[in-house]
Amino acid sequence: MQPTLQAKNISKQFPGTLALDNAQLELLTGEIHAVMGENGAGKSTLMKILSGVYSADSGEIYLDGRSISPSNPREALMLGIGIVHQELSVIPTLTVAENIFPGHLPTNFLGMVNYRQLFHDTQHVLEKMQVHVNPRALVETLSIANQQLVEITKALSSNCKVLILDEPTSALTDSEADRLLGLLRRLADEGVSILYISHKLKEIFAIADRVTVLRDGRYIGTEKVSNITPDHVIRMMVGRELGMMYPPKSQKTGAALLNVRDLRLPYSERGNSFELYEGEVLAFAGLIGSGRSELARALFGADPKAEGEIVLNGTPINIQSPKDAIELGIGYLPEDRKAAGLFLDMSIKLNVEAAVIEEVSMGGFVAPPKERTLAEQYVKRLNISTPSIEQEVRRLSGGNQQKALVAKWLSIKPKLLIVDEPTRGIDVGAKKEIHFLLRALADSGVGIIIISSELPEVLGMSDRILVMHEGVIAAEFSAADATEENIIRAASGQKSE
Amino acid sequence: MDDATALHQASNRDDTIKTPNLLTRLLQVRELALILLIIVIGAALHLITGRFFTTPNLNAISLGFATSAIIVFGMTAALVSGGFDLSVGSVFAMGGVAAAVALRADLPIPLAMLCGVGSGILAGLINGLLITKVQINPFITTLGMLGIARGVSLAITEGSPLAQLPTDFLIYGQGKILGIPNLILIALITILIGDILMRRSSAFRQIYYVGGNEEAARLSGINVDRVKLGVYVLSAMLAALAGVLSVSRFTVADPGAGSGEELRIIAACIIGGCSLRGGKGTVIGGLLGLIFVGFINNGMILLRVPVYWQQLAMGVVLLLAVGFDTFSQRWQGRSRGKKTV
Repeated sequence: MQPTLQAKNISKQFPGTLALDNAQLELLTGEIHAVMGENGAGKSTLMKILSGVYSADSGEIYLDGRSISPSNPREALMLGIGIVHQELSVIPTLTVAENIFPGHLPTNFLGMVNYRQLFHDTQHVLEKMQVHVNPRALVETLSIANQQLVEITKALSSNCKVLILDEPTSALTDSEADRLLGLLRRLADEGVSILYISHKLKEIFAIADRVTVLRDGRYIGTEKVSNITPDHVIRMMVGRELGMMYPPKSQKTGAALLNVRDLRLPYSERGNSFELYEGEVLAFAGLIGSGRSELARALFGADPKAEGEIVLNGTPINIQSPKDAIELGIGYLPEDRKAAGLFLDMSIKLNVEAAVIEEVSMGGFVAPPKERTLAEQYVKRLNISTPSIEQEVRRLSGGNQQKALVAKWLSIKPKLLIVDEPTRGIDVGAKKEIHFLLRALADSGVGIIIISSELPEVLGMSDRILVMHEGVIAAEFSAADATEENIIRAASGQKSE
Repeated sequence: MDDATALHQASNRDDTIKTPNLLTRLLQVRELALILLIIVIGAALHLITGRFFTTPNLNAISLGFATSAIIVFGMTAALVSGGFDLSVGSVFAMGGVAAAVALRADLPIPLAMLCGVGSGILAGLINGLLITKVQINPFITTLGMLGIARGVSLAITEGSPLAQLPTDFLIYGQGKILGIPNLILIALITILIGDILMRRSSAFRQIYYVGGNEEAARLSGINVDRVKLGVYVLSAMLAALAGVLSVSRFTVADPGAGSGEELRIIAACIIGGCSLRGGKGTVIGGLLGLIFVGFINNGMILLRVPVYWQQLAMGVVLLLAVGFDTFSQRWQGRSRGKKTV
């Protein structure tokens, strides 16, 4: 069978790095083809070349056997190649319909937009896709998952043959991701060829027909998913045995560290009570919007606090702001590291010391030797690869950015560390390092609360799991009893039998 | 992954990154590049006109921007915090008028000067509270204050300048110590203190965090509202102080003084390395930006360029400076990448 899309010997040189080195790819009609590789492997670059964002330095692209060289995304779309980028490109202040047909809005004889026609067409397209959103709704009012579906609908509205998705599920919960994967399966069955980039092995094995692995810009191989195991793919990606993704769990837990009594979130009727022990890793599972982050932010004083009683080390505490929490030894690593965690244009040094400026100061003035010592200590301890502590955080890879953020919280010497999606969007190697680091921290007596939408991470990291549903803790599992199935059941509000 | 991250990956893997040569590194420091430019321009003007580096001319230039230099400290803080203060020109006039009114009511001189500065502190408090508590953005808030402070000055004076001020008061703006005008000394001290505080004080360091990423700053335990409030109080206070000193220099409180000053000072700070996005900039940089603009202005006067062309030249200089900066940053990013291969 002739492949729908074929890329041969694609090379692309960026200043300082050979992003693609004779890479190749072959996409059959109606298949879901996963592209995998660590951060920096060249996946996104290859996708951007296929969709006309970049042009290749050398190599050929064939669509249905015809040589093509799209010079911009619009041209690629005309040829039938659509892409949904990792960062959504919907326009939040416009309606769903206007987002789906941006370049070809139906107009009346005066050249004005014919909204009746537009909404009607949009309704039709959405129904065909089985996406249930109102064409007249403003995109900013939709959930991230629905925004993503709008973006996919937009790509498909121009009848594309090839749909490229770059990490479409990184911001979705498992159930939302399942819905998306179901849609992709249907599209593939209708003959759309899908290129699917993801870090999530489970998804790939659930949905993809074949997988191509890239490493350091080079083509490593293409395999039928049914013929291989996840370990095999990881070996192809890293070129070495990765070993265990998760550290061994702790054998002992210490005294009670945190006691939360009846903490009620502003929109919820019932309160939440739980305790955390020294040296314990407690996971919060649940769907996005189930109140996990809100609960964490309430504990940390980041949002106007819900009512309730919090006892730390046997003493009732009253936290009004993050400053109070930090003084009590509570750290919070937010889920969106770029928007809420890092000072991207500042150096690693300034990022690490942000929460402890007083500690690197003397008499009200910052002491450069103390700053250096602090930053160098954490760069070494967390194995942050950077030429210098003066390096801007923006210039680091995702994994190293996340490590710099972790360093900021380690520097407050926390008793309680809350980490919200600590490994989202970072490569496998860095992910493993952060897992082991968190466990080592727990073993030193720190209590850790981990919020994660990746169930393997929840199961792999935690000693105990609390599942939230609609603002309330719905179930508790010990690590031994927890399975993906009973977590999902509790998260979606079903009673466990 | 985009090309930028690809670049970091490459540079992360490679531990043998060569540091750029000394000259390139020095030129990356905005202040040094500006100093070099200022010297070049000064030398060129001296060669052409033969009277640029003369004591009277330099004295005239320095006096010309001494009061602006005082305001530069506050504006730098505002810009670094991610905002700006459009009201400094009006507050400058209001401070002067308030001091003059107090003097003519026979208040003791120090108290009268305090009245002037106090009117600035009040304006800054209002700015800061509106920005942090009511959450009106800095543009609108300080634009409003620009009108209010100017209106207050005009209303109090009924539009005509206040003269007949006690001669003892004039010493601040007209006196000299060791042959150097007081005004220049006060400006230099303000700039120096400001620069040290912004660079090294742990309290002022918080301004950079707030401007770098407000939400991250808040979650790092920084009281963002207090920082912003402080910034706007500082900015308006210094503007009013400059206004009081200016009255002392010119022996008259003009309700129309300092009009357009805010834009000149913002331009100088931007040329000196501040960013409208916040998070970066230094006080010395702002001063150098001011000197740079001042030299060009003075040069045009010496070269008898018609006054009508001067504003146009200022606009071009601002765009060139910022354009060059944006361009050179992109270029540096590339060359840094190349060195890692």
